[in-house]
Amino acid sequence: MAKPSSDQFSRRAFLKGSSAVAAASAVVTSAAAQEKSAQSSQVIAGETTVSLNVNGKSMTAKVEPRTTLLDVLRYQFNLTGAKPVSSDGSSGASTVLIDNRPVEAAVTLALSAVGKNIQTVESLAGDAVPKAFMQYDASQCGFCTPGFVVAVRAFLNRNPNATEEQIRAGLNGNICRCGTYANILQAAISIAKGGQNG
Amino acid sequence: MAEVKYIWPDNHKSAYIGKRVVRPDTLEKSTGIAKYSYDVNFPNQVVVRALGCPHAHCKVISVDTSAAEKVPGVVLVHLIKDKAPAPGGDPIEIQAEGTLLVAVAAESEAAAAEGVSKLKVQYELMDVFVDDQNLAAAEAAKRTKAAGGGIELDDALGEPGANEEEKAWEEKTIQKLFQDSKYVVEGRYGVDVITHCCLEPHGATVYWEGGKLRAYLSTQNVSTTDDGYATALGITADDVQVTCNYIGGGFGSKFQPGYWGIAAAEISRKLGRPVKFLLSRDQELKIGGNRPSGYIDVKIGADENGVVQVWDSHHWGTSGFNGSTIGVTNFPYVFHPKNVRRRATGIITNNEPSVAWRAPNHPQACAITQTAYDDLAAKMGVDSFDIFMRNLENIDIPEKASLYAEEMRIAAELIGWSNHWHPHGKGNKRGSVVEGLGIGIHKWGGAAGESNCKLRVYPDGGVESFCGTQDIGTGTRTVCAMVLAETFGLTLDAVKINIGSSTYPFSGASGGSTTVGAVTESHRRAAQEALAKIFDLVATKLGAPADKLEASKGEIRVTGYSDKKLTWKEACSLIGIRPLEVNAEFKRGNSPLSSVNVGGVQMAHVAVDLETGVVKMKKLVAVQDMGLIVNRQSAESQIYGAMIMSIAAALFEQRINDPKTGAFVNCEMGTYRLPRLGDIGELVVHLHEPENERDRGVIGLGEPPAISGITAIANAVCNATGVRVPSQPMTPQRVLNALRSAKG
Amino acid sequence: MKNFEYAYAKTEAEAIQLLSVANKSTAVLAGGTDLVALMQSMVVAPDRVVNVGDIETMQHIKRDENNNLWIGAAVHLDELLTSPVVDPFPSIKQVIQGISSVQMQSQGTVAGELLRRPCCWYFRGGNGLLANEGRMVIEGDNRYHAILGNRGPAKFVSASRLAPAMISLGAKVRIIGPKPEQEQIVDIENLFCTPEKTDETEIALAAGQLVTHIILPPDQGRLSAAYEVRHGEGPDQPLMAAAVRFEVLSGLVTESKIVLGQVAPTPWIAREAAMALLGRPINEETAAMAGMKAVSGAIALSGNEYKIELAKVAVKRAILRAAGLETGCFESSTCETAAVNFA
Repeated sequence: MAKPSSDQFSRRAFLKGSSAVAAASAVVTSAAAQEKSAQSSQVIAGETTVSLNVNGKSMTAKVEPRTTLLDVLRYQFNLTGAKPVSSDGSSGASTVLIDNRPVEAAVTLALSAVGKNIQTVESLAGDAVPKAFMQYDASQCGFCTPGFVVAVRAFLNRNPNATEEQIRAGLNGNICRCGTYANILQAAISIAKGGQNG
Repeated sequence: MAEVKYIWPDNHKSAYIGKRVVRPDTLEKSTGIAKYSYDVNFPNQVVVRALGCPHAHCKVISVDTSAAEKVPGVVLVHLIKDKAPAPGGDPIEIQAEGTLLVAVAAESEAAAAEGVSKLKVQYELMDVFVDDQNLAAAEAAKRTKAAGGGIELDDALGEPGANEEEKAWEEKTIQKLFQDSKYVVEGRYGVDVITHCCLEPHGATVYWEGGKLRAYLSTQNVSTTDDGYATALGITADDVQVTCNYIGGGFGSKFQPGYWGIAAAEISRKLGRPVKFLLSRDQELKIGGNRPSGYIDVKIGADENGVVQVWDSHHWGTSGFNGSTIGVTNFPYVFHPKNVRRRATGIITNNEPSVAWRAPNHPQACAITQTAYDDLAAKMGVDSFDIFMRNLENIDIPEKASLYAEEMRIAAELIGWSNHWHPHGKGNKRGSVVEGLGIGIHKWGGAAGESNCKLRVYPDGGVESFCGTQDIGTGTRTVCAMVLAETFGLTLDAVKINIGSSTYPFSGASGGSTTVGAVTESHRRAAQEALAKIFDLVATKLGAPADKLEASKGEIRVTGYSDKKLTWKEACSLIGIRPLEVNAEFKRGNSPLSSVNVGGVQMAHVAVDLETGVVKMKKLVAVQDMGLIVNRQSAESQIYGAMIMSIAAALFEQRINDPKTGAFVNCEMGTYRLPRLGDIGELVVHLHEPENERDRGVIGLGEPPAISGITAIANAVCNATGVRVPSQPMTPQRVLNALRSAKG
Repeated sequence: MKNFEYAYAKTEAEAIQLLSVANKSTAVLAGGTDLVALMQSMVVAPDRVVNVGDIETMQHIKRDENNNLWIGAAVHLDELLTSPVVDPFPSIKQVIQGISSVQMQSQGTVAGELLRRPCCWYFRGGNGLLANEGRMVIEGDNRYHAILGNRGPAKFVSASRLAPAMISLGAKVRIIGPKPEQEQIVDIENLFCTPEKTDETEIALAAGQLVTHIILPPDQGRLSAAYEVRHGEGPDQPLMAAAVRFEVLSGLVTESKIVLGQVAPTPWIAREAAMALLGRPINEETAAMAGMKAVSGAIALSGNEYKIELAKVAVKRAILRAAGLETGCFESSTCETAAVNFA
């Protein structure tokens, strides 16, 4: 039986120009009622100097709106642990922590990281994760390794007692071309079991 | 000084060789301290992005750079030689999408990319052909080229008669062999093009210093890439210094500077500024390197025991616009029946020409020929293990038959073959899931490459070596350090290894699994020679014969006399004021320290969801022989990596060309599917070390385990489902299509 | 990336004001996982990007007096995943778990995921959303393209993985703008539409409009689940997806909604399939029948017939999963896959 096209929502621009509806709600305030402070908010065009908090230090960078956090880290701060592998967020190679959340610096605008705590792999020098990577030989060419280290750290912060099954299910945001997954898995398991997550 | 006899220490005396040794440089890689070519930054550096040709086949008529030059931040627009015509120049034919035409140097990557987007290029489109699976279509389009072949017949079959035409006689003989065969199996199998997809793209950061080029190049070939630069730039090799401390993946694709590397040097020379030029992700996939495809029509005839007596095949595939395919030499793979006829046809497609990929030709040859042996087992309704075993009577290196048999038995034990085996398609179904087992076997040469080592022992006891090799993930630094420490009786941190510079003594490119053999040869030789000289000095001092000395635990002592000894430092103080310097040289060939030829067996256990076509790895077992193991931990890691790459090629990765435009449509990490941590199942590695295996010396290991896993997985899927999924990767779509065709 | 103006909004009102600028194209930035990627490849090139990721009112999950769950548009996916108040909606958690990348779960936002642009490789390759009025897809490699709703020029599939679940759960969205006083709450499916001309998009928002909240009505004991067929782990697009919700009384289905993903230019509400379940018990047979009904109008392109099979299976398995009857797939049979052996 042929399906009538009206069965689906093909109402283009359904929303266009539609007038406001009354939406009584306990949890949101209508936009109009909010303080009109748009004038005070920043619109940045062209190059500007900003201060970024990286690995506990305040650092100054010249950025354009389009400058990614990854480019600032690599080209201006010479923090090249985060790697440029993909711009589609699929490889995990540029993973850093922003306010303790793992994000891909390759798809993060530098300006959106202003005022936040940025932590790169370089700050994990004394952490258990890189040590476990060394112990379990969890690196070959090593280009994906820093991103993996940060991802493992972030994952274990949230799941300090992760089981092997959880690690296999949860650490799939990074790609390794050399095939070091088996060793990374062992490294992560050793930390989860060893309680080195503090 | 007596002539030095090169030899590895006995197993029970080894402090490091053959042990599990942690690679210290993993810590540098894990914390972001390790600097790759992409990571090296210089003051005043510009960054280059290039325009990749958007068409798979066209003529580039003209380029208008004016708008790009006006983009803020853009410093220079550079036409790439032989790819884009200079103003007024003749049009240039481009035969692969992604070919770099114009480079834009700018103050930032973003500005360079914007500059590229403003280039105006006039193209004249030409006919595109990319279908490498369809031989008939390729022939119709006149896109084929003969790619070798030949026939070998058992001498017992005689010769053509005096008046008989040779070809006709051969045909008649082959047909007769099939008539006499108890079982005849015909099949079609294939493996798609995959790309190297190095995570660090190809390219370099370069600058000029007083007429000399300094290139931080992502290369597997530190020692000889300088020639490639020199020839192209009109300078001599001594004016080029190539550095590569770390490389983010190469897999056979990074032996040359590449025309982008040359362009980087040209731009740097023009601007007088350092230049960083690495390919973008899509360019890396399109032009950074790919492995040729192969599809085969094969007919085999076997006797009542399932031993193949006659092999007849024709395969085709593409290596890009140069129009070749997988070499015929290894058809069938490892197995070698007495009667073999084979033919290959290359297809000219509009893609970048292939380059070496791990164990060139072997993984494909294995995957499209040993699958036929498995189908023979299926047809006979017998255990695949038995068919593989019985056919070991006809293999190309007959003296390896017993080794393979032993490895087969070990692998079978590890995967629980006898517990899990069932005839093809006859296993239990749990819901919609069926399981199966499969085998593949492989071989590889792995002879040590050429390598030189300069070794210095300082009067204060310091030791360092210089060698123009590289670490492509091998753990090169660690194995070099292990050899020196072993020889001198020192700890690993007491020796310093310098690699990754073309100013160091020549060492071969890292390809063909030749690196560990090469560097252990040169380092062991250098260290043994240096030690012999030190022993002479110590012998005089202690009044003992040099051949009674041994170096161990930081001391040199007289064997059997615990008090007659010098510490390493004391011994080195005898050297004099200047350091002791030894240059050791290893050329390829016979050596007591290394040899050639390894084999291995892999077995896979998979689960297949018959409703979705999704294949999951349950277990993959690798049994591998490799002569003397240097670093046991790295050896295992290499095998794990190779197994995961096999999973990638068997189930995930493939280049997808748009059939009409030729565009490489899945050229990003999200669409060029690779396995992830959760996709690998259980991996088991067994290093096969029979008695005397150590005596063979060092043999290359990196590539061989990347060969037969694909076949094992393909055969396991067939065993599970009872249906042959003809081509790798076995995507859910292909599995479902095969299941549907089988239903009719 | 083309350069653009960056604007930072601290409040919803600011966002609306910043999004409405004459003669400038604007884009909303939250997590950035999709927008920044698209700007990098210059598939989109807005004149202004407005960052709404830090707007406080859009960062919470709260319940209103009618027990509706208000999910701020800038709430991250992992916050949804770990939030106990989302527990009654397992389909949402199943989808986010399926993304299986800590980065994408943590960086991606709810609205960003819902409004993710299509992954069609012709679109991402710079050929426009319709790729020469659909011809590139018809003549090209369409293995991941639409099997339903594909008779017009749009052949891509809707990219959102959360949308089928959200639609099946009867979610609504709160939209403000383009004028400051404008505010509306509409069914979430109305966000999605099928473009017919090259200048149209698959998102029905007008310029200057902003999604601020997703509103989930209370579950009231209904069953829900999602099932995705994935070619391996990771954040990459699934091959097929279905989400279902139904109410069962005395063993019979009294209310049902089935929504497919990855099949059409919009999330696809399979009304016929849902109807077919009414008055019947949930079992393997009825679930399979619903799967068949869900694709009754499907038309395969040259290379995606297998997706019709996958759609049937996804619907069936989502239904069985919701009812706790899941059998026969890896989830129930291969979980014992054990430790990497380091012998």
